[in-house]
Amino acid sequence: MIETGTLWTVIIVLGLGSFGLRFVFTGLVGDRAMPDWLLRHLRYTAVAILPALVAPQVVWPVATDGVFDIPRAAAATAALLIGLVTKNVLMAVLSGAVTLYGLLYLIG
Amino acid sequence: MTSTTRKSPYRQGIIDSSPFILVIIPFASLFGVLASEAGLSVVETMAFSIVVIAGAAQFTALQLMQENAPTVIVLISALAVNLRMAMYSASLTPYIGAAPLWQRALCAYLTVDQSYVVGVSKFEREPDMTVAARVSYFLGAVTPIVPLWYLFTYVGAVLGTQIPDSWALDFAIPITFLAMIAPMFRTAAHVVAALVAVVVALLAAGVPYSLGLIIAGTAGMMAGAQTELWLERKGNAK
Repeated sequence: MIETGTLWTVIIVLGLGSFGLRFVFTGLVGDRAMPDWLLRHLRYTAVAILPALVAPQVVWPVATDGVFDIPRAAAATAALLIGLVTKNVLMAVLSGAVTLYGLLYLIG
Repeated sequence: MTSTTRKSPYRQGIIDSSPFILVIIPFASLFGVLASEAGLSVVETMAFSIVVIAGAAQFTALQLMQENAPTVIVLISALAVNLRMAMYSASLTPYIGAAPLWQRALCAYLTVDQSYVVGVSKFEREPDMTVAARVSYFLGAVTPIVPLWYLFTYVGAVLGTQIPDSWALDFAIPITFLAMIAPMFRTAAHVVAALVAVVVALLAAGVPYSLGLIIAGTAGMMAGAQTELWLERKGNAK
């Protein structure tokens, strides 16, 4: 059982801390110019962080207790490839979904 | 392009982030279910989702509290999971840093993986957007996401029924992120950044407190920046 006091401490401090992390640059730097070297790194934030977030879930899915799964790996590949080729997010999501359900149905 | 077909930035943001509706519903209801199974009341569960508004960090905190981990460890671990938000904040600063403080604070509260990726990919594609249009677009992008995050946390907490595993909705998150990221690979530097980040993420998967993600992200960003410099030098040498 989680104690009520602990729970509310966690909710409030985690809320404040998360807001702090989200606000630290937009809030404190604002419209002041940032150095070129930093901007050059920040241009790659999205294309580095999100694939890094997803990669372990693709290779070791939680749903299969971390066992490599062909339908899931194929679905991720399909979403990425169709996204690269068509530049269309919705098409990419749909191809990923069709691949996933198709292979789950065929392979089980 | 006639003016009648032009959509407002706010509406365009809603449209562009709508694929994430599929992700948010199972993710939020799962949090609601797990929180109520852990003994949290509906009010406590809702407070968690509204105050913290960060899926992965909430799951981490809940898990550790159930294991009776010390509060400090719970907080450090969950904040480490959220450390990427500081990177998102830095990355958004060149685009919305000139907005009024209250708008920046609002956008900060509403920064989640989905709104960040939708927003930043639009701002990169259309560098001529005004700051006000960017803020409207960003608020549009959170409109299909955050209210559903609250609502389905509630549904999960009250009904306590999980969406069946056989629907394989666990995989909606990887698929939508990959679909969203793919059109952002505009230069070789973007591709190098992603490849390095993925390799390091897999190698660093065992690093505690999800810090492997931060290491991998930083490595990818450095690789992208170096590749960009190298390509520039090669271009100048011609």
